[in-house]
Amino acid sequence: MSEFELTSLLFLGSLLAGLVGALTGLGGGVLLVPLLVLGFKVDLHYALGASLISVIATSSGAASAYVREGYSNLRIGMFLEIATTLGALLGAYLVGILPKNWVAAIFGVVLLYSAYQSFQDRHKESRPNPRPSDPLAVRLKMESSYPTPQGPKAYKVHNVLGGLGLMGVAGMLSGLLGIGSGAVKVLAMDRVMGLPYKVSTTTSNFMIGVTAAASAGIYLSRGYIDPALTMPVMLGVLLGSLTGARILTQAAPARLRLLFVAVIALLGIQMVYQGLRGGV
Amino acid sequence: MSDRAMEILLGNLLRLGVILAGLVVLLGGILELRHHGGDIVHYSVFQAEPWPLRSVGSVWQGVLEGRPYAFIQLGLLLLIFTPILRVALSALLFARQRDGVFTLVTLLVLSILLYSLSH
Repeated sequence: MSEFELTSLLFLGSLLAGLVGALTGLGGGVLLVPLLVLGFKVDLHYALGASLISVIATSSGAASAYVREGYSNLRIGMFLEIATTLGALLGAYLVGILPKNWVAAIFGVVLLYSAYQSFQDRHKESRPNPRPSDPLAVRLKMESSYPTPQGPKAYKVHNVLGGLGLMGVAGMLSGLLGIGSGAVKVLAMDRVMGLPYKVSTTTSNFMIGVTAAASAGIYLSRGYIDPALTMPVMLGVLLGSLTGARILTQAAPARLRLLFVAVIALLGIQMVYQGLRGGV
Repeated sequence: MSDRAMEILLGNLLRLGVILAGLVVLLGGILELRHHGGDIVHYSVFQAEPWPLRSVGSVWQGVLEGRPYAFIQLGLLLLIFTPILRVALSALLFARQRDGVFTLVTLLVLSILLYSLSH
């Protein structure tokens, strides 16, 4: 394939990856890695390098809109980033100590189960948790409001420490496996901390860029980031994520949840497959 | 400064970062495709990128020599720096809000980030 053809096709695929990444809070990597590896026969190292760049592009591109519009919760994001960055360091250290294949396979099964659970609860938004906020969340001024078609809507924040712990796991998985931290981030905020769905996905989206940037130095110095391959990916994902950020404002949470379920199920299958095959 | 004003500032920083990074990558891409668009490429076997594309200093050297790949790599570096700058600016803004806890939280995240980047 000529470089021009490859660039054009990758650009189109990356547009879609960025769009889905921005809408689900997962980053573009979930779709991009199988597209590159299976669709374009790209070696996994290059694919992971391009995927890492795509996560930073989706995150910063979409977050530039989500933060300005008041969807992402800055305080929650910054606080939880302590756990994700520390977890990522720990995960990178555990490479070679923990068996990666087993971790990938178990993570895959957990994701498939979460996809099933999220599917069952996809209409949860209509009946929010009536309990008062976690006192720690109140002290850290995490309670906030987010835009809805009916105007700004206030929300409560539960179980901060539970969320923090799960974020540590999310960071560890991304350090160890190089992919998939967005899924755990969304689940932690949505299911453990009880945040509104759009706040969970946009805050995850805001955070994943930082987690990814932490590993970028290693990827660059090991030569995983190929300019010709990454150029169309970065540009496509960026445009896709900016478009996704516009769509999210209008979209019904139940539909976004359905998309999320589909994508984490896909990620779960990927992880189980890689774990069994031994190709992580 | 209110949290709202802070959100707008950080949002603008992120937007500026991605637009700048995107333009530099686009420029490098146009230069590259004009000369090599017809070349046959394959990525099925991993060979680590050559050294000039693997560190900040050598990428900058390549940019000064006008190499298209170095321009793309520079744009990608700008993209990587964007979320890091976002954390640094957050620390500054929380300090101006006189929010000691969150200034500390943000500085902690920034130091973990810089530590893992340098390893």
